[in-house]
Amino acid sequence: MSTAVTLDFYRRVAGESSEPIARCYQCQKCSGGCPVSFAMDLRPHEVIRLVQLGRDEEVLKSQAIWICIGCKTCQARCPNDIDASRVMDGLRALARERGYRPGDERVAAFHEAFLRTVQGLGRAYELGTVALFKARTRDLFGDLTLGLEMFRRGKLKIRPSRIRRRAEIGRIFRLAKGKRP
Amino acid sequence: MRYAYYPGCSLHSTAEEYDISTRAVMKALGVELLELEDWSCCGATPAHSSDKFLGVALPMRNLFIAEETGLDVLAPCAACYNSLRHAQAAAEEGEGQEARRALEQILGREYRGDVQVLHPLELLGGDEMLEAVRQKVTRPLRGLKVATYYGCLLGRPAREVAFEDPERPVSMDRLMEAAGAEVVRWSYKTDCCGGSLAVARPDLVVELVAGIVRAALAAGAEAIVTACPLCQSNLDTRQAGAGERPVPVLYVTEALAWAMELPEASGLGRRHLVDPAPALAAVNSQRGMGEL
Repeated sequence: MSTAVTLDFYRRVAGESSEPIARCYQCQKCSGGCPVSFAMDLRPHEVIRLVQLGRDEEVLKSQAIWICIGCKTCQARCPNDIDASRVMDGLRALARERGYRPGDERVAAFHEAFLRTVQGLGRAYELGTVALFKARTRDLFGDLTLGLEMFRRGKLKIRPSRIRRRAEIGRIFRLAKGKRP
Repeated sequence: MRYAYYPGCSLHSTAEEYDISTRAVMKALGVELLELEDWSCCGATPAHSSDKFLGVALPMRNLFIAEETGLDVLAPCAACYNSLRHAQAAAEEGEGQEARRALEQILGREYRGDVQVLHPLELLGGDEMLEAVRQKVTRPLRGLKVATYYGCLLGRPAREVAFEDPERPVSMDRLMEAAGAEVVRWSYKTDCCGGSLAVARPDLVVELVAGIVRAALAAGAEAIVTACPLCQSNLDTRQAGAGERPVPVLYVTEALAWAMELPEASGLGRRHLVDPAPALAAVNSQRGMGEL
């Protein structure tokens, strides 16, 4: 195994996220403020460090990049103006591109289910998203009681709302897909 | 005053009470809202989490539609507001610019970038509007202790969205005071509720919500007031067992509509999992009037 630090991965992530990752000097304020770092296998400052070191596999396989909610507490507190949540966004795209199994398959399944309803209807559709999510994760009974409670209170619509010019949304999704290698 | 109105998907489903109360309060304050024609989903967290291009193109389609109206946009959903503002900020370079050019082709017109996107707190938090609110309040929330909860998306990233101090916002505090409520001091105003992890990782959301609800109770709050459908939904639906008693979670516009005694306010409370009626009853008892 080569001990030389490879810059390819670092450059790719910096480009993908447009964040000045090189500036990070490990003050750990991102991890200190992160509301979900307690549940992460790598904490935000560790993700950034591993990217600097070119250790792609550890980062792209991690569950941390999927758990990040994008609350941007890290961004607000970083003394070097790095938005670690945008780095996570870029890493998720790279993980998918390189065919890694998502470190948290439930989160990945939710994103996919949500976007599929938007792609087809032009609007989000909660029941459709949940149905697709449950089919993918085989989690048929989770939150069933809550779902019924919400339904009873008129918070879940049975019929989806759809836009008229859905073709425009279809073209946006096709262009996004076409840009990926 | 006229604004283009971008309700977003949540306000047509899980957060319908936010839609109804926003429209009612704006109408009472003389603000006319025109719903954007054929608006589409902003893509929310899944879009920008998956693809930078989608994260700009999906919200931006709505900015193109807004430009046709010549009106500034009011977006009550904090996630939509954040996405729209991000699309504006990203339009000039990199993949955001690519998204803009792609949309110019698809829609056959140029992007001008000249509409302003506002959140209701930004519109109502100014001195003049606060005075207008005070004038309209006929049933002050006297004696009701509220914790104002802003969450993440209204203030971060500050370079794109914050219309006030991102770590110490006060617009909702001022509005609740204008409505007669007592605003408690607490340190969870801009903490995260777990947002879109609600479906995939409810275990994490339960943990985050518990921290927020306990802090609100410790500060003496009888209700939590929010301006984001994700915050409201997570706090309302995932707090069971977190504190020694349940805390109702109201949209800021619901609280205002109730204090203004607008007809649209009646019945909204039935849509909540934690019933706000007992908390409002204390205010009500002095007057013996209707419920939310």
